[in-house]
Amino acid sequence: MSKIYYAPTHEYIIVDGNIGTIGITDYAQHALGNVVYVDMPEVDDEVEAGQDFGAIESVKAASDLISPVTGTVIEINDALADNPRLVNQDPMANWIIKVEIADPSELDSLLDAGAYAAICK
Amino acid sequence: MHHYFPHTPDDIRTMLDRIGVETLDDLYSDVPAGLRLRQPYNLPPSQSEKEIRDFFDSLSSHNLSLKCFAGAGQYNHYTPAVVSSLSARSEFLTAYTPYQPEISQGTLQYIFEYQTIMSRLTGLEVSNASMYDGATATAEAMLMAAAHSRRRSRVLVSATINPAVREVIDTYATYHGITVDTVAAIDGVTSREDLETKLSAGDVAGVIVASPNYYGILEDYTGWADICHAAKALLIMNCPAICLASIKTPGEWGADIAVGDAQSLGMPLNFGGPYLGYLCATKALMRKMPGRIVGQTTDDRGNRVFVLTLQAREQHIRREKATSNICSNQGLMALHTAIYVSLMGARGLREVNDTGYRAAHYLADRLTATGKMRLRYPDRPYFNEMAMTVDFDLDLFMAKAMEQGILPGVRIDDSTLLIATTEMLSRDDLDQYILLVQTM
Amino acid sequence: MNRKYYSKLIFELSHPGRHGYSLPSNGLDTPVDLPETLSRKTPPDLPEVDEPAVVRHYNNMSTNNFGVDTGFYPLGSCTMKYNPKINEEIASHSGMLQLHPSTPAVAAQGALMIYYTLQWMLSEIGGMAEFTLNPFAGAHGELTGLMVIRAYHRSRGDFRRTKVIIPDSAHGTNPASAAVAGLEIVEVRSRPDGTVDVDDLRPLLDDTVAAMMMTNPNTLGIFEKNIPEIAELVHGAGALLYYDGANLNPMLGVARPGDMGFDVMHINLHKTFSTPHGGGGPGSGPVGVRAGLEQFLPNPRVVRRPDGSFDIISSSDALGRISATLGNYAIAARALAYILSMGREGIMMAGRLATLNANYIKESLKDLYKLPIEGVCKHEFVFDGLADKSTGVTTLNVAKRLLDHGYHAPTIYFPLLFHESLMIEPTETESLETLDEFIAVMREIAREASETPDIVRDAPHDTPIGHPDDTQAALTPVTTYTA
Repeated sequence: MSKIYYAPTHEYIIVDGNIGTIGITDYAQHALGNVVYVDMPEVDDEVEAGQDFGAIESVKAASDLISPVTGTVIEINDALADNPRLVNQDPMANWIIKVEIADPSELDSLLDAGAYAAICK
Repeated sequence: MHHYFPHTPDDIRTMLDRIGVETLDDLYSDVPAGLRLRQPYNLPPSQSEKEIRDFFDSLSSHNLSLKCFAGAGQYNHYTPAVVSSLSARSEFLTAYTPYQPEISQGTLQYIFEYQTIMSRLTGLEVSNASMYDGATATAEAMLMAAAHSRRRSRVLVSATINPAVREVIDTYATYHGITVDTVAAIDGVTSREDLETKLSAGDVAGVIVASPNYYGILEDYTGWADICHAAKALLIMNCPAICLASIKTPGEWGADIAVGDAQSLGMPLNFGGPYLGYLCATKALMRKMPGRIVGQTTDDRGNRVFVLTLQAREQHIRREKATSNICSNQGLMALHTAIYVSLMGARGLREVNDTGYRAAHYLADRLTATGKMRLRYPDRPYFNEMAMTVDFDLDLFMAKAMEQGILPGVRIDDSTLLIATTEMLSRDDLDQYILLVQTM
Repeated sequence: MNRKYYSKLIFELSHPGRHGYSLPSNGLDTPVDLPETLSRKTPPDLPEVDEPAVVRHYNNMSTNNFGVDTGFYPLGSCTMKYNPKINEEIASHSGMLQLHPSTPAVAAQGALMIYYTLQWMLSEIGGMAEFTLNPFAGAHGELTGLMVIRAYHRSRGDFRRTKVIIPDSAHGTNPASAAVAGLEIVEVRSRPDGTVDVDDLRPLLDDTVAAMMMTNPNTLGIFEKNIPEIAELVHGAGALLYYDGANLNPMLGVARPGDMGFDVMHINLHKTFSTPHGGGGPGSGPVGVRAGLEQFLPNPRVVRRPDGSFDIISSSDALGRISATLGNYAIAARALAYILSMGREGIMMAGRLATLNANYIKESLKDLYKLPIEGVCKHEFVFDGLADKSTGVTTLNVAKRLLDHGYHAPTIYFPLLFHESLMIEPTETESLETLDEFIAVMREIAREASETPDIVRDAPHDTPIGHPDDTQAALTPVTTYTA
């Protein structure tokens, strides 16, 4: 049974057991416009809650990708290397990295769908 | 009113009336009185064009006109008349950075040509639109390696790199928070053993080497890229641009970044600038590069056109997270490079290199034969520059040479002179130098 | 400007067997025996073109370019003033062109006098004790200035100061330069009129702050009249105040950064002192310091000896070296020629006339374009797009429509304080007629935006090329030519 959390920096994390799937929200992809590049970490890299693990670029903007949790990268979405615009098409289906979550208690400080929707107003 | 100002007193009155103030000074009513200039600047009065010419003419007569055997990073090459004539075109000269591609295709096209030329010379896929000079380009390459590695804080620099370049690297490193270690030199070339030792200590983001190095020596970097990559460090090579038409390229050595000064591509010496620093890299590092990059695309009429691209790296979007603070390029010098290389072609560049090479080897042989000078590293292959050890008082020699109209090289210590030759030196010039040494 | 697009690249004119050079020979024909392991495998694939073809190619290319010599260039924050022709002649003087940077001082006295003279003239204009001309550009000057400040704190054994305060309205170069200099950026908020919020600044100042960076006037063209108080606060906290010279032009003849309380500053010779922008460079960004900070300026330095001769020195107090040479010397020579031509009386007038021109445009357009900050501006001002927001016509559309009318566009979408920023800086070298024509065109565009908005939205129509696809360029970058 998976659960979705959101960060105020517009990343989502879908949690399934101790595996988190991280991407950017529909609000964020819309604000960026046409995504032209996603800078991703490598498998086995460590990520830290609140620290950047990569960046996402459109023609006229760029934004750091901030990890909602601490953990280890177990998979990156290779499809984005060839076609970064997938993020615009469906940001939930086209996640960016999967991590093994080190400390599930960090999830408590994230937002649920309702609280996230409120900050996007 | 000065002739650069179009304003008549009537114009000023009309404009002040539209604005609704009485005097020009009323436009500054928000500047506190205590901050305002109390008296005019202590500057000379306006001079006519003729007086300005006379002033600069008199100053240039205080510079000695010397036959140039000095190099150490900057070389006296011939600038074809076409280069100065075309790069003086107002449309190129007085344009800003090409922010409006619809009315800037001239600038964008020549930068695209420049990028292609530098990519082909270095053997690396991507070139930026140019940097200030070779030394700052090398420092930027160091920052690029550090950023690419994310967390590594050490950079290794060969002891054979030009010391002025090294000082610039050190300055940038000190303030940015990077530790620079030296890879020792043995007999004028970088020690592979010392490289391996220092790499094995870990945490190295990049390794910076040169060829030809400070002493004019061509170094053999066979296998170096593999050694660096095994330690997850980038290999950065610094080479004077014109040499790349003849010598093994950074791309062929397997380097990740190539940097250096392009002054050798026929740019006037100008007592230090403006020159142009180039920076090329593999495609994998493209989005980590500093500075402007021009890319090809199409317009809504179906034309192939050019724009500034990959701007998400840059300071106006990324602010403190930008790959660099650089927001200009050496546009006009990139134009200079494109025109010079177009005139010369690969054959012309090769001819310049061969002429300098022959002169250097001729000179070194005959200077050695005087018994008063010898190559500091006789067993090493060199290009158009060599370090020579002298048996006489170097200061005395420098003074005597300048009296005879010769700048005999760059003095690098009490007994060593760095001597460079180019196509600008005739056989008579070379022979005059040899005669001079014989008198020492 | 030629509106027909000349699209060729030099590589497409290449024809095997042609060449465009004539080189001197030293008569030596000894073999060039580079070891094969050190040689390039194949010659680089470079153009083979005859001289007339090269000349025609670049001439044609230039005609698709717009420069100050082509027409009015009201690009905000860039000070696109006239670039005098005498400066170019001075800079191409043969006595300067061939001077090697390693030439001993004794053989380069003329060049060093040019260097030294410009240094003291800039010091006089900036209200500083000494300038270095070594930095190659404005951004390089910022970096150098911040290094001076760090070197100063370190010389006092103060290693805790690692922060720099920068207004949120600042140009992106400020935070980028601070990051390269290893400083942490702290943003101070602007008030609604765009000036620094002193109340927001006060609590940010402590003994971890190395410096505060500012322009004055700021990016909105508004003079920061609280500058004496800001300087007092910054100095009271033991930090130094840095002046970004991007907006120095309107202060010429009016007030000096040194007298405002700034400790370190840079000047863009390519803005304030008329040297050409060259399509993005070369520029020059001299850095000045107040008395007591001279020893931290970068190596090498040019000094005057008691006997009147000039020398080049290096010292261990200096922040280090930021360039291999004494900087873009030929740019410095142009700037000196400009100051000599303008003279005291010309420089004293330049700022006032630049400010006059900016206010004239502002007052003539503020009924049709939204002016977010009323009152007198300095050399530039910002509109927040068209006053009538119902048309859907954006600042980008207005900018592109200006190209059809033979003008360069203003700076757009900067500063970030407004959504539709349109930043106009006319400079002092534009005539009343030029300004009136520009004003008429801006009014015409505002009318079009209401009556025939599509013609503005689809602009430009009359330029050598149409609208380029920026997304394609960034998505699949092509940065070199392939046949």
